[in-house]
Formats: sequence, structure tokens, C-alpha cells
Amino acid sequence: MTATATEGDIVIIGAGQAGVQAAEALRAGGFTGSITLMGNEPHGPYHRPPLSKAWLAGEMDAAQLVMRAPEMLARKGITLRTDTTVTAIDRATQTVHLADGSALPYTGLVLATGATPRNLPLPGGNAPGVLALRGRDDASAIADRMAWCIEQQQPMVVIGGGFIGLEVAATARKKGLTVTVLEAAPRLLGRVLAPVLSDWYAELHRSHGVQLVLGAQIAALETGADGTVAGVRLADGTVLPAGLVVVGIGVVANDELARAAGLDCDRGIVVDACGRTSDPRIVAAGDCTARRLSDGSLLRLESVQNATEQGKSAAAALLGQDRPFTATPWFWSDQYDKKLQMAGLSTGADRWAVRGPMGGDMAAGSFSVYHFKGERLLAVDSVSATKDHLQARKLLDAGVSPSPAQAADAGFDLASLLSA
Amino acid sequence: MTQITYIEASGQTTTIDLAEGWSLMQGATTHGVDGIIGECGGSCACATCHCYVDEARLGDLPPPSEGELAMLENVASERRPNSRLACQLKASTALEGLVVHLPETQE
Repeated sequence: MTATATEGDIVIIGAGQAGVQAAEALRAGGFTGSITLMGNEPHGPYHRPPLSKAWLAGEMDAAQLVMRAPEMLARKGITLRTDTTVTAIDRATQTVHLADGSALPYTGLVLATGATPRNLPLPGGNAPGVLALRGRDDASAIADRMAWCIEQQQPMVVIGGGFIGLEVAATARKKGLTVTVLEAAPRLLGRVLAPVLSDWYAELHRSHGVQLVLGAQIAALETGADGTVAGVRLADGTVLPAGLVVVGIGVVANDELARAAGLDCDRGIVVDACGRTSDPRIVAAGDCTARRLSDGSLLRLESVQNATEQGKSAAAALLGQDRPFTATPWFWSDQYDKKLQMAGLSTGADRWAVRGPMGGDMAAGSFSVYHFKGERLLAVDSVSATKDHLQARKLLDAGVSPSPAQAADAGFDLASLLSA
Repeated sequence: MTQITYIEASGQTTTIDLAEGWSLMQGATTHGVDGIIGECGGSCACATCHCYVDEARLGDLPPPSEGELAMLENVASERRPNSRLACQLKASTALEGLVVHLPETQE
């Protein structure tokens, strides 16, 4: 580890949530040297969560998406460089090389390079009109194509029933498009949600007019005379016409620079709980990372909380401090007027308990699904039940488990377990 | 345009004209007002845009939703009767001249 360094030159690659957080945490932590925050987009730091919702619906203008005003960054002595692409990291000379041929020395380096949507590995998968959502310009391109579809009365197909795909589908329905969602698995959000909640979300989307195809097998994307996407052909020969295909089948961590520089990478830049990579002068944060847990396994999280917490940990590490990120992971997803808030990681759950009214009137639904492995609480998914969600974070942080029966009993006060 | 004044814990005061429909969180972050973070981008999911609104004007604001009320239980600084989340307050003529104080910390 380097000596406690409050002076020097810190370079941050990536001007998203994690990069901005690291920059501000360095200043808050007393770093007085130079901080250069570099992003490869033409835009300064902006909020990503609205991209699949209000931004896509055309309900926001660009200024409302701004995460930090440039003058605020300048006031904190953070030099923002947009449109800047890093081509290589030279660890021996502690230099980053830029696409314009220049080089920048560093005493500390933060990798906050994010992730890239996975490509659809099928014929026609790169045709015009086949789009993925990651950045602001991606979302704008989808919005433009959605407008075209409305004008031309063309349907839209979403490939992937994950959060991005479902949020885009919900927004598209709100705009009046005809939408089909294709999911390869037998249920929506199958890796995250309990089966009962997957079914609930399927019903929610159907009730809003989305056509859902579960267990979908796609053969190819069909293109029109001009090469633009015209439809999706399923393995059984069915063709779903489409003027727009949105692909949301996961992301790949942007770890190429780190790998080329010889840093330890495994489907992401491997970091410890404090954001340290295998080079003591280099830390990493956010979607580009794979965190090594105490049992040796790797955890990849793609979330705002992970970006901000790892950003803070990474900054602390460069200042010579340990600030492990060990809090319970949390996530959220807004679809239609329903807010899904998730706490904890449900992997390995073998039983579930539902608390609150789930059936009947969907619009009135306000409930939580508690995931257990045996008697141990792993995760809680709350729908329009923010109180449950916040309480779940406290239970999980404290390592306190209600029994499945207590979780299902709305008359049982879960908070009593915390004060005990 | 709605005139909004932000007073940071340090005493730093910023007055801005906010376009109709913009949230007070958006107004703060785009105008370089420190002390509002808005981690979740305005989704009422993180409680890092906590503010204290002028008590005399509380009645001019739409009441908080259940979701906002729950998130307010999770703010980092002291929760007071006039605590609100800035992402849930949208500029409108009813808010003209509103003064909001920002807490010491959001995280």
C-alpha cells in the first residue's frame, strides 16, 4: 500500500456515478492534489436511473438529467474531461495514454469504467433498429425510434425480461406502443425474484397490454429491404413484426483496460471489499468490478448503491484508509406506478414468505416477499412497501432473521426483533 | 419560473428560478448547490435529497406520498416536521419564493 497520500495526481477513468462519487469522496477525505475525472461521452455526469423511464418517455430535458453541475465540480477542484477515451494504462510509469495521443501521469488511479450491454449473438443482431440501453445517447436513440414506431404504427419487441427490458416495455406502453417482451427463461426476472413475484410482474405487464412470451427461443432478427430490423423470428417459425427491437440481456464489465494492464480480472476487475485491485496504486468501483468475498467467491453488482459505496471505498483506499463496503445490497425498479425495492441477495433461497396483500386488486398491491434459505433470511423484495424495504435493510444489516411464519404474519412486529 | 432559495448548512445561500415541473433536487444539482446529492436520480429511493422547508409554507406543498414518508425515516440528518425530499417537490406557482434549508449531511 502506498503511504497515506493527500497529495499527488489522481486520475479517474469514468465519469458516471462511481467516478463522481470517488472524486467527491477524495476531496471530502482531505485530498489536496489534482483530480482529473474523465468520461468518454460528450456529456458531463448525469443520472442514469431516469433513462429507461422519464427520459425515454420524453418527460425530461437534458438539464434535468445533470448529476453535478460543472461549476460544482470545478469549485471542488475536480477537472472534468468529457469526450476523452483512455487507450492504455502503463503501470510501470504510472501513466494513462489517451486516444488523442497525449499521456497523463498518476499517483493514484480509479477505474470506474462501467459496463457494456451484451450483444445479441444472432443473425441480424446488429441491424439498424436493434438497440440497447446504457447511456443517454442510447436512450435518446430508442426514444427517437419509438416515436417513429408510433408514427408508422409499428410494434416493438423487447428481448430480455430483466429490469431494463421491463422498464423500457412499461415506458413504451405508456407511450402507446404495441409491445411484446421475449424472455428465454420460463419466468421474468428469474435470477432475482421469487417465482410468486415473477408471476405477479408477468400479470402486471399483461394487464397493461404487454404481450409476454416466456421460454422464448429466438432464431434470428429479420431485416427489411433497407437492412433495418423488421421483425423477430422465433425457433418455431413465428415472426413478430417489429420496427424497433430493444435488447436487454445483461451487461459485460468494461475491464479491457485493466486486463491489458495485467490487473487481476474475472468477468470484471477483481477488487477487495475496499475497492483495491491487484495494484496498490489502482482502485476500481461500480459496474466494472467483481468483488472478492471472504469465502473466495466473486460478487458482481450493477446498482447505484454499489457505485456510490465502492466509489467511497476506493477513494478511502487511495487515502490509505480501510472503508469496506459490507452493507446489505439494495436495488429498485420502477415499472408503471409500481416501485419494486429489493434488499439483500436472494441466490440460494429455498422458501419464501409473503407479507401484505398481494392478490386481488393489482393496483392496490402493497406487499413484500421474504426469501429464506432454511430459517435464514436472505433478501426481501417489496412492492409499493417502502417501510418493509427499509426495515429489511436493517434486519439484514444486523443479521437478524424473522422466521418465515413471522415474516408472513402481518400482525407480527418485525421491528421488535431489532430492539431485542 | 418559480423562485426557490436554498440555504446550505454552511450558510451559503443560492436563489434560482426553477422551470415549472422541475424538482427542487434537479434545481439544486444543476445550479451547483452542494448539500443535495440525489443519488437515485429522483426516484424516491435513496433519501439523499433531504431538505427542511420553510414551516410557514408547509401548507403550500402537496403532502408527501407514503413512499416519501417512509424514506424520510431513513434520512442521515435529524428528521423534523418540515422534512421533505427535494426530488418529490416540483416547481409550481404555489411554491413561489420558497426557502429550503439543507441539512448538515445526506449520508
